Amino acid sequence: MTDTALPQPESSNFQNEGLSETGTERVSYLRAGHSLSSWLLTTDHKRIAILYLIAVTFFFFIGGTAAALIRLDLLTPQGDLLTNEGYNRAFTIHGVIMVWFFLIPSIPNTFGNFLIPLMIGAKDLAFPKLNLASWYIFMAGGLFTLFVLIAGGVDTGWTFYTPLSSMFAHGSVVLAAVAVFIAGFSSILTGLNFIVTIHKLRCPGMTWRRLPLFVWSIYATSIILVLATPVLAITLVLIAAERLFGLGIFDPALGGDPLLYQHLFWFYSHPAVYIMVLPALGVASELVAAAARKPIFGYQFVAGSSIAIAIIGFLVWGHHMFVAGQSMYASAVFSFLSLAVAVPSGIKVYNWTATLYKGHISLDPPFLFAMSFIGLFTVGGLTGLILAMLAIDVHVHDTYFVVAHFHYIMVGGTVSAFFGALNYWWPKMIGRTYSLVWGRLSAILIFLGFNLTFFPQFLLGYLGMPRRYHVYPPEFQLLHVFSTVGAGLLGVAYVMPFAYLYYSMRYGTPAGFNPWGATGLEWTVPSPPPKHNFETIPVVDSLPYQYDVELEEDHG
Amino acid sequence: MNGSIHLWPEQASAYGSEVDHLVFAFTVLIVILSAPVFILIVVFAVKYRRGKPANRRHARNRNVWVEVSWSIIPFLALIGFYVWASDLFARLYHPPVDALEINVVAKQWMWKFEHPQGQGEINELHVPVGEPVKLTMASQDVIHSLFIPALRIKQDVVPGRYTGTWFTADKPGTYRLTCAEFCGADHSTMGGSFIVLSRADYAKWLAQSGTDMSLAAAGAALFRERGCSGCHGPAATVHAPSLAGLYGSPVPLQSGQVVIADDEYIRDSILLPQKQIAAGYPPIMPTFQNVLNEEDVLKLVAYIKSLRTTEATQ
Repeated sequence: MTDTALPQPESSNFQNEGLSETGTERVSYLRAGHSLSSWLLTTDHKRIAILYLIAVTFFFFIGGTAAALIRLDLLTPQGDLLTNEGYNRAFTIHGVIMVWFFLIPSIPNTFGNFLIPLMIGAKDLAFPKLNLASWYIFMAGGLFTLFVLIAGGVDTGWTFYTPLSSMFAHGSVVLAAVAVFIAGFSSILTGLNFIVTIHKLRCPGMTWRRLPLFVWSIYATSIILVLATPVLAITLVLIAAERLFGLGIFDPALGGDPLLYQHLFWFYSHPAVYIMVLPALGVASELVAAAARKPIFGYQFVAGSSIAIAIIGFLVWGHHMFVAGQSMYASAVFSFLSLAVAVPSGIKVYNWTATLYKGHISLDPPFLFAMSFIGLFTVGGLTGLILAMLAIDVHVHDTYFVVAHFHYIMVGGTVSAFFGALNYWWPKMIGRTYSLVWGRLSAILIFLGFNLTFFPQFLLGYLGMPRRYHVYPPEFQLLHVFSTVGAGLLGVAYVMPFAYLYYSMRYGTPAGFNPWGATGLEWTVPSPPPKHNFETIPVVDSLPYQYDVELEEDHG
Repeated sequence: MNGSIHLWPEQASAYGSEVDHLVFAFTVLIVILSAPVFILIVVFAVKYRRGKPANRRHARNRNVWVEVSWSIIPFLALIGFYVWASDLFARLYHPPVDALEINVVAKQWMWKFEHPQGQGEINELHVPVGEPVKLTMASQDVIHSLFIPALRIKQDVVPGRYTGTWFTADKPGTYRLTCAEFCGADHSTMGGSFIVLSRADYAKWLAQSGTDMSLAAAGAALFRERGCSGCHGPAATVHAPSLAGLYGSPVPLQSGQVVIADDEYIRDSILLPQKQIAAGYPPIMPTFQNVLNEEDVLKLVAYIKSLRTTEATQ
């Protein structure tokens, strides 16, 4: 925890060009086998995490390319770049890829995989082969989805609302449903693996009250993955059955009910929002504690709030249907429950803020990402409350206000946390430090670019600009131009971390065990860790985040 | 490019301005709830920056009372707004009984409106100022959503059922009317104008777009053409329920339930006759699902509704 353990100033990174392999690296998991098959057939949770990292990064840029097309097209009211059909396909690709192949797997499958065994003092996950299998299922589902979306073309949006998807849409809806169905098994298997691991493989002394908050949030996420994903699978099977065999389930012409589809879809997809954001909340807790070098304020409340979010999150799906024709009383209940789910989220935000009080706050890149996460998540959460208010939702439902709201949560929140996690644990994963200056610069640019892109969309939404509109009234153009300029900045800023992190793999200085001076078992092993993580299984005898009290700087 | 930025949408009803008041007040609340977070993060990051001397004594790691209070107090404030917003929302479900009734049929990708006297229009909706208007909406194909931003209202139009909303526009003018639920390739072009006219102008408009017959009369014609009168007419030999005075009255069903004969019930009885069978009648009515479109059904509903009033005058 001395200054020598902190990352070296960035200038030294550039001077030590092409550092040769260190002794730690030679015995690390990264060098335990050099062949392609040693990666593709690995059962090491850390290597599988790297496989996921590569995969989700690939899908992130695919989804991002679709977003770029959308934003460029919206520069002009008449939409000069794409046709109506092409635009609809672009936002379908964007939504499907970003939701199922980036946001849902991003933090749990990369950082959860890498960190859970390290954080709880285990040598691997409970089912290493299942872990590898779920990566293959994920890749099969992902590549198949991509093929269907691009070659076949699907224009229903990621929500696949019936009867548009089942009876009217062009393109390969059934194939897309099959692809997402396949990917769902990867989610279920990963969730199951995490649950069993967290229950059974904690090292001696690692009681539930001593679990790092990231592990708590991944545990809550896994419960949702296991319970909610099957409902999505059922729904997709029913769509396929209706489209292929003409069974009347959702289509009123066949005696079905379109609202049934929405109930089933959101019964999965609203909890799925928490699958996307809970891991990010866990990352934020880790980063805030490390940034302030203090225990998290109110550990129990923060840990318990993750579980509360997971449970209440199952009971709010109807807030997507306030104007869909559901009963007024159902809407009133769902509105109330949606306010209730804000309470545990609010606890987290306030507790993080309190954690910073009297801390030793570092503004290194991971912590800048964490602070921008808190800000953007707060805006996203509070605008969610606006949407939960029935009379307001009637006006802003299905407008850009909703688009802005969920991008504040998903992109401002989850993607910021993903980059925060990447910057924080990168030295552990790879064993090298990276340029802090570039890191800070990209954190700031991402924050600015994000707000420039999405804040104007709140205004557009209240003005009455519906979502999924390819052509729009000219009076909205100026705000759309702001948004597109912001998206350009955001796109550039998103590439930067991948550039400087890649550079660090070759030119970064060795990181040492604990470059941030943080607590946690993952920082007690070498960077990068050896294949089996711990030479001897550790024994835990204290609460997490027990940072030394440093009062020598006081003048009071 | 249109250089001016509009930051607030036009507003054409008292309900709309009430929604705006709610939004203003609620925004104040969320600023109050979140400002401490934004301000304190910056203040702490500056004051307690690592390596900077500061008083860091007595830092606490938990305080249950503080935590409980910042869970409960914001929630109580939210409950107040919940009541306000829900009360406003509930009004949309209670149209005045004397409202002007206009039928809406949505289909890929157009809006059709039918006034009681039979005037029809496409992608334009003319209404009189200051008079409550009730919309009964049906979709011919997929889900659409009628969105009139100036009124702050929106309602999905769902195939297989009627949905509805109502409003009283209080400011003459031309506003946007649009589809808010993604409905396929040309979703973004499915819109038009919502035109609020003074009562005199509305009467003039009705006269100009005159029509041969009212909706109810058109329904009566369909009633004969499609053979409905063969069973339901006064001279029918088949044992079928009489429709005079039916609308709005309770109907005992074979299942033992009693339902009120509203628009939805009549629609279902025409298109899905086996769904709810009136007690004491054989289930012999054929479906008209593939024979009648939503506009026809709405005309028949208007006709059956009109039988209520003729009954009363007889």
